[in-house]
Amino acid sequence: MMRILTVILGAALFGAVKLPAEHAISEAHRQLHFRAVDFDPALRKQIGQLGFIAGLSGFRSLVADVLFVQAHVAWERTEWSRVLLLFRQVTTLQPRAILFWDSAAWHMAWNASAAALRDPSQPRLALRIKAQREYFQLGKDFLERGIRYNPDRPELYEALARLYRDKYNDHERAAAFFDKAAGLPGAPNYAKRFAAYELSYCEGREKEAYGRLHALYAAGENERLPTLIRLLKDLEIKLAVPPDQRIPDPIP
Amino acid sequence: MTTSTHRAFSIGRIAAIAGNTFTELTRLKVFYVILLFALLLIGNSIFMAQFTFQQEFQVLKDIALGSMSILTSVLAVVATARLIPQEIEDRTIYTILAKPVARLEYLLGKLTGVLLLLAISVIIMSALFFIVLKVRQQTVLSDTLRQMHGSSPEQMAEALGAVRSSAFQASLFSGIAIIYVKASVLAALTLFVSTFATTTIFTTVVMVFVYFIGHLQSTARAYWLQTNGAGAITKLFLAFVALFFPDLQLFNLLDDIVAGTAIPLALFAKTATLGFFYTGFYLLLAWWVFYRKEL
Repeated sequence: MMRILTVILGAALFGAVKLPAEHAISEAHRQLHFRAVDFDPALRKQIGQLGFIAGLSGFRSLVADVLFVQAHVAWERTEWSRVLLLFRQVTTLQPRAILFWDSAAWHMAWNASAAALRDPSQPRLALRIKAQREYFQLGKDFLERGIRYNPDRPELYEALARLYRDKYNDHERAAAFFDKAAGLPGAPNYAKRFAAYELSYCEGREKEAYGRLHALYAAGENERLPTLIRLLKDLEIKLAVPPDQRIPDPIP
Repeated sequence: MTTSTHRAFSIGRIAAIAGNTFTELTRLKVFYVILLFALLLIGNSIFMAQFTFQQEFQVLKDIALGSMSILTSVLAVVATARLIPQEIEDRTIYTILAKPVARLEYLLGKLTGVLLLLAISVIIMSALFFIVLKVRQQTVLSDTLRQMHGSSPEQMAEALGAVRSSAFQASLFSGIAIIYVKASVLAALTLFVSTFATTTIFTTVVMVFVYFIGHLQSTARAYWLQTNGAGAITKLFLAFVALFFPDLQLFNLLDDIVAGTAIPLALFAKTATLGFFYTGFYLLLAWWVFYRKEL
């Protein structure tokens, strides 16, 4: 009887310390967006039983790496559907790795889209363009989902800005996302400059763009890059800035 | 005439048992697994050289830390599982316990020997990992210097900074420390199982299941409660599992460390403390069973 009581008391004491401590650490993980992988039976079908168990047993990143290497091989063979499928699995397993989201979006929006446009098996241009746009959308989708998992990292905002700039020609959104990237810790120093560049192409926002480009110009020699000076010069003409307020012509 | 007093608890006796356990384990050539680890690292770094430097460093860190975690976990279980059953089979345990050695001292000595083995293994593997990482970093840095020749100093500094930050992060050290803590928990739990098990195979098989349950329980619990609702029996079962099995997912910080996330010091301290708490508790449990064991 005494032994049973001791066991119950010991278990209760252990639980009283263990469970709240585990809960506190789990909460900290949640707040830091750790362990962002959900138990998804669909993933088990995709990566097989062993991969699924390994993925949930502390070897998520190892399984993700193996799949990433497979995606790289599929890319070399230009098997785009397989690249898409594998990157979906990779990003599901390791949603905190920026590199995977960025690579997935790059493969879709840049490589697969270019291949779709030059697809020799599709004689109709309209359908090739449609396929190209679908790959742009897939690239955008990867980046948007990546941002949802990593809202505190500038890299994916910057990649999305580049996608809007280079693939959709949407300078307003490109400027907005370069701005978001520039506002986050660890952002590259060109993000702010690129946001101002993109703004300068937006109809009706020239004045705002001029103000921002001028502020960058005034910040010092390091910011006075050829593109910045050229855009400032263009805006000075467009906005009819008085000659005495214009920046000096660059020394040839 | 000299009088010698017998102390109920002696660090010296524990150290002697620990030293002996460590020597015994090293004779089993367990350090050969480190050779495999080195081969894996070098082979991986050669293969990954075709990728971009960010991809290369990420995969290198994943493979290195992941295999370090697997090897230390396996080592912790296999090395500990054989200790007590082997000593009973060889009858050496009777010689030791016939002397004035407390059973707690015996268990503590055994566990310390395994922990020492794990610590040395982790240190050697970490050193190998950092050497390979440094060599690859230096190669990429010199390639970058060559490629960026003629660029402005700011661009050069940014490119080199990107290479350096992709390779080394302070969080790698926290990750390695947590790998060790997790292996310590597994070693203590294995010691507990081996106090009532009769064979090494039984202990090892039980520990394989405990390992999977420990990793899967929190994910499975969340999924179960979310999709199936929770009846009284289900809740009781989940509470039982949550009470007796360690939540090993809490020690799984590597995925986020490799992804570039900094681990806050407070979280690291809490995780390490929880690990030591588990280790202490399972050791006490092992003592409680071993104390009553008829030998």
